[in-house]
Amino acid sequence: MSYSYTVNHIKHLESEAIYILREIAAQFQNPVILFSGGKDSIVVTYLAQKAFWPAKLPFPLLHIDTGHNFSETIDFRDQMVERLGAQLIVGSVQNSIENGRVLEEKGSNASRNVLQTVTLLDTIEEHKFDAAIGGARRDEEKARAKERIFSHRDEFGQWDPKNQRPELWNIFNGLKKVGEHFRVFPLSNWTEMDIWQYIEKEKLSLPSIYFSHEREVVRRNGVLLAVTKYISLKNKEKTERKRIRFRTVGDATCTGAIESEAKDVYAIIREIAAARITERGTRADDKRSDTAMEDRKREGYF
Amino acid sequence: MEENLLKEMDLLRFTTAGSVDDGKSTLIGRLLYDSKTIFEDQLEAIKKSSKKHGDDYINLALLTDGLRAEREQGITIDVAYRYFATPRRKFIIADTPGHIQYTRNMVTGASTANLAVILIDARNGVVEQTCRHAFIASLLRIKHLVICINKMDLVDYRESVFHEIMNDFGDFASRMDVSDMTFIPISALNGDNIVDKSEQMPWYNGSTFLYHLENVYIGPDANQVDPRFPVQGVIRPHSKKYHDFRGYSGRVAGGVFKPGDEIIVMPSGFSSRIKGIHSMDGELKEAFYPMSISFTLESELDVGRGDVISKPNNKPNIGQDIDLMLCWFSANTKLQVKGKYILRHTTKEVKALVKEISYKININTLHKIENDHDIGLNDIGRVILRTSRPLLYDSYRRNRIMGSVVLIDEFTNETVAAGMIR
Repeated sequence: MSYSYTVNHIKHLESEAIYILREIAAQFQNPVILFSGGKDSIVVTYLAQKAFWPAKLPFPLLHIDTGHNFSETIDFRDQMVERLGAQLIVGSVQNSIENGRVLEEKGSNASRNVLQTVTLLDTIEEHKFDAAIGGARRDEEKARAKERIFSHRDEFGQWDPKNQRPELWNIFNGLKKVGEHFRVFPLSNWTEMDIWQYIEKEKLSLPSIYFSHEREVVRRNGVLLAVTKYISLKNKEKTERKRIRFRTVGDATCTGAIESEAKDVYAIIREIAAARITERGTRADDKRSDTAMEDRKREGYF
Repeated sequence: MEENLLKEMDLLRFTTAGSVDDGKSTLIGRLLYDSKTIFEDQLEAIKKSSKKHGDDYINLALLTDGLRAEREQGITIDVAYRYFATPRRKFIIADTPGHIQYTRNMVTGASTANLAVILIDARNGVVEQTCRHAFIASLLRIKHLVICINKMDLVDYRESVFHEIMNDFGDFASRMDVSDMTFIPISALNGDNIVDKSEQMPWYNGSTFLYHLENVYIGPDANQVDPRFPVQGVIRPHSKKYHDFRGYSGRVAGGVFKPGDEIIVMPSGFSSRIKGIHSMDGELKEAFYPMSISFTLESELDVGRGDVISKPNNKPNIGQDIDLMLCWFSANTKLQVKGKYILRHTTKEVKALVKEISYKININTLHKIENDHDIGLNDIGRVILRTSRPLLYDSYRRNRIMGSVVLIDEFTNETVAAGMIR
């Protein structure tokens, strides 16, 4: 990096994301940030703050709440919303169940992960959001690797992977008809490592469950799940107390933990550099089939 | 290792193209596998899938072919983006399919790349698709070409085969505008010359594929001469602290801007000076590509989205008659003379009317076909457009950002064409 007018890869990704966020503000009437309380949505929100600084964040935050949360994430979410002076909208899966919009899964592997899609689409429709900004990255999963940055959804909220608009240079086509919307992914080109390096560089704070702590867990299908009131133990399943942390933050019933001693961001970076398993490898929801993510995305999942 | 974890790396974006069975997905799978980017769970998953497909080896192509239809048909349908890093560089691969009907994806992948990798099957040599890929790379102004002659294991690693193909390709490429070509004999399946030097080809003294990617000098890939700042929006905080702040936000598309610089706003032609360059990290001493920042100006001007800030002695072209090379993407419609489209260029949107189709290009021979004006899916032609309002542009050759446009169908909102201004 001796030549002057160049920037390093993190700066490159940051300025690309800011450019995308500003395009969203210019091309849509009513965008919203999908905010899960996970690190990717925290980074997206922070970048949006940067994109419009010194003005206030121009987008509200939308949390699709499965009701199966880690309380640490919810506390963090509320603090962050207050600090930003942002508007928070919560779409509740519990309400969708009570209103008969969806049917709760049964059995010990029951998860509300799939149900989120209906709540998400209902909330988007209710608030007339025309762009939902997500923190998804292409390195996470093979179906996501093929998705556009400006990703079109038809009036049913569906994604058509074989019929996507070509996306060239830095020109984004957000034109749509009434009832259609877009999902936009400013972090498309970031990897898990880039995210952590950025968090370290910008000194961003995260929910505590990302860092090593002691917790009661159970091993199921090779995934370490936190023992919470939301999962029911099968016969013969034994709980253990381990020092763990979470690599992703999702619904408590399907987000797996890893054993870890990493107490700070730098230690996590070191851990990831040595890791031999992908980030979503700890997600039980992706393991349902080879194309589980594509199938959910087609239906309107994140 | 330790001190490298927060090291600053630069970024190389490259695109890969090959014919159906050239082994492109295998090459990428190999690159990820040998650079230890593939993780255990991914490997387990493709081992299982390979078995299900009846392959008796680990089919690395399954790593990149993610969509259901692709896995079923054993083909790559869409541009897939892949990421890997070595201690030297971070890489973004736009992996594009090689079938004829999907040429539009190759153009898409090439539009953001600094380097293109072209695969040739050593048994077949230079074929029509090779020429097409090379032509598209040169049309999209990719400065560096790496030609991988693959499946060398199937021609007994013979040096003569390598040289023959190199000469054939060189003949064809001499008709194009490519500044840097590198030829590497490989076997993606066996890993010859991908990460490690092949023991089968002692006659080859050049770098391995990965070494070349890590070390090729890409330099600052943008135009640093012509100052260009397409305005994306206006930032007005209306807060107590920033009551009078009026920032023009955007991403620098060329040249260097500094506080105090005399600037001109186009198309209005008003001039002023840069008061400050702002970011949430603080004020900056200079701004250049690809920085996303905002400017405040010394005087109050009417500046908005779609305007371009440049300097009085170096302005973009301004005009409504735009001469460009157009690649058509739509399978449902064809380019219509007198047809009207929505045109997107930098941060501006205008209407465009097709005035004239000058000629079509035979992309296998590069010949101009003067009397053929039938531009359909995957065709490339020279076209003159008339825009409803003036564009502020540079030639694509001079500045990719200031010289690129897309056309959008007014009724379907589909992106139907991409154009490079001449």
